[in-house]
Amino acid sequence: MKLKMTTLALGAALAAGPAMAELVFPSLSYRTGPYAANGIPFADGYADYFTLLNERDGGIGGEPIRMIECETGYNTEKGVECYESTKGEGALVYQPLSTGITYQLIPKATADGIPVHSMGYGRTSAKDGSVFSNIFNYPANYWDGASVAIKHLLDLNGGSLEGKKIALVYHNSAYGKEPIRTLEELGKKHGFELSLLPVDHPGQEQKSQWLQIRREKPDNVIMYGWGVMNQVAVQEAANIRYPMDQFIGIWWSGSENDVRPAGEKANGYKALTFHNVGDDFPVFDDIQKFVVDAGKAAGAGDQIGTALYNRGLYAAMLAAEAAKTAQGIHDTKALTPAQMRDGMEALEITEAKMADLGLPNFGPEFTVSCENHGGNGYGAVAQWDAAADSWSLITDYIQSDQDVLAPLVTEDAQAFAAESGIEPSC
Amino acid sequence: MPEQLAFTIEVFLNGLMAGVLYALVALGFVLIYKASGIFNYAQGVMALFAALTLAGIIDGQVPFSHLINAILGTDIHHFGWHVPAFLAILLTMVVMIGLAYAVQRLVFRHLVGQEPIILFMATIGLAYFLEGVGDLMWGSDIKSMDVGLPQGLNTWIDDTTFNAFGYGFFIDNLDIVASIIAALLVIGLVMFAQYTKQGRAMRAVADDHQAALSVGVSLNFIWILVWSLAGFVALVAGIMWGTKSGVQFSLSLIALKALPVLMLGGFTSIPGAIVGGLIIGVGEKLFEFLIGAPFLGGATENWFAYMLALIFLVFRPQGLFGEKIIERV
Repeated sequence: MKLKMTTLALGAALAAGPAMAELVFPSLSYRTGPYAANGIPFADGYADYFTLLNERDGGIGGEPIRMIECETGYNTEKGVECYESTKGEGALVYQPLSTGITYQLIPKATADGIPVHSMGYGRTSAKDGSVFSNIFNYPANYWDGASVAIKHLLDLNGGSLEGKKIALVYHNSAYGKEPIRTLEELGKKHGFELSLLPVDHPGQEQKSQWLQIRREKPDNVIMYGWGVMNQVAVQEAANIRYPMDQFIGIWWSGSENDVRPAGEKANGYKALTFHNVGDDFPVFDDIQKFVVDAGKAAGAGDQIGTALYNRGLYAAMLAAEAAKTAQGIHDTKALTPAQMRDGMEALEITEAKMADLGLPNFGPEFTVSCENHGGNGYGAVAQWDAAADSWSLITDYIQSDQDVLAPLVTEDAQAFAAESGIEPSC
Repeated sequence: MPEQLAFTIEVFLNGLMAGVLYALVALGFVLIYKASGIFNYAQGVMALFAALTLAGIIDGQVPFSHLINAILGTDIHHFGWHVPAFLAILLTMVVMIGLAYAVQRLVFRHLVGQEPIILFMATIGLAYFLEGVGDLMWGSDIKSMDVGLPQGLNTWIDDTTFNAFGYGFFIDNLDIVASIIAALLVIGLVMFAQYTKQGRAMRAVADDHQAALSVGVSLNFIWILVWSLAGFVALVAGIMWGTKSGVQFSLSLIALKALPVLMLGGFTSIPGAIVGGLIIGVGEKLFEFLIGAPFLGGATENWFAYMLALIFLVFRPQGLFGEKIIERV
């Protein structure tokens, strides 16, 4: 009886969710399946940064980090299983790494009080923190991406896109359709003509779309692609001799994987990004010393500095900084998910802070607040140099057109609040 | 020539070329189904596995290097050489023959006489197993497929049609090469089936394997032969599709493009796979150009291919060239 009472008491204590002695960060990775080539570098970057903090600093604020990796195969059902199987471990924040998984986790994580960070993907209107209390999508979202691409084109065209033709080649899915409304609104504002070219999953056959582009000769092509669709699109663009420097992909169409198969012909292709590229940052010296040379790298160490490795590292850095902020707010080293959420909501990323972390000019400056979970909407344009086999940033961080986007975000968030019975509050 | 007519002809020609690429995948299904009655779900993965193997051999990659390094604590990834494409293709073919032998000895030999659905389920297992082995052997990074095939706009056709019609047609050099190779492949397979001892034995097994067995045909040998031929076809398909998109795990999904071709052309006819491929290719491209893109918002090709195949099925359930099954009771 005494044993039973003790067990019950222990169970009750665990269910109440006390602050754990470790900071637990689950990694919903996909190292297998059709998208593994993209999932591996992100997962490596995410893991290596946390390993660096453990090895060099003893964790965050002296509290060790425990990362739990769970394989989703980029499959929504498996992603939800991963969430369910790891949330009881004291998980502080989820980076679902898939728009499909994010949509499934929005109600679940909100009910469980665990924050979700869908960085550059997921539901765009989650930027409205008064409706999506536990969902964060800083520093930029899909609509920011569309607007940054148009602003870049405005810069290249003397500030006017009047009479220009812009084609959107997109993955025929909820993700791919995200920028359409934004581009339509921007088309009205700037006077360009938008044509839409959907590509069915997986996107291995795109002859019809690129023949249409060859016939209609748009001035620019914007792409929201994923996986094999990206490689085929770059190859088909090269086949029809479409000028690569007039072809811009969103950040999920901007990894080395997307351009290398086309070889030299991909030279000049542009892609958006919300973080810097390459490995010329002091933090990579520490990663080499404390992680790779110590034999503790998540992968073979051959992905360091690639676009997606840097994105994973950047996501881990933002999670660690939010945890530090939470530790400061609540004056505690061990954190609960609710405290982590407070840290994310008070996150401020400045250039001085990034320089201190060994990541000068690695990402845009931004602040998060209760009303704004999406940051300030800055993105940059990178260009592929096939001979050098590398990306380089060709613009500063450009802010998206908040005059156009803010009302769209509010409209979509309010519609979600109404259908979900949420009372917006901050 | 009116502009719209020129565009339509260009789309028609590109549809034919796309159809050839679909047919290349469908051919592998037909070969195995015809000889053994097995619908090989793993055909797409075989194309992926063949392409991975070829790209890995060309690049001098050490197979299972991650596994070896993890067990032995070594750090080896490459042999440090590049293998010429032709030799690499031969070596890949040896691997595919080895795979055919292993599949026959370890899987299907033990399932002789089982229901077709059991054999189908076995191929599903084989597909996932092969995908995992491919990942373990060669890694999951995207590889370039460079066996020297030309790719991109054919300038001669562009110039000639521009001079004749005022609009230069786009035809991809890779598609032209694929068409020639597919034609040679079909001629070769038909001649092999008609004029060689093994080919005749293969046809005998396809017609009635018990009767073939009674006259001394080795079923095991024929089935290994058929799986090897399907492996060869998978290698050709893997080269063509891998050249277009790079060699990556999505390559296995090309099987989805072959299904409507099979439904239309029949599961048992080699010419049916080609004709079916051409009809699907032209049909989906013309529908997208004339109706899909202007009126339905585009991206109609995937569902239209299946709808076209279903319409054919209503009138000819065995497919255009399939054998009509008459069972007397």
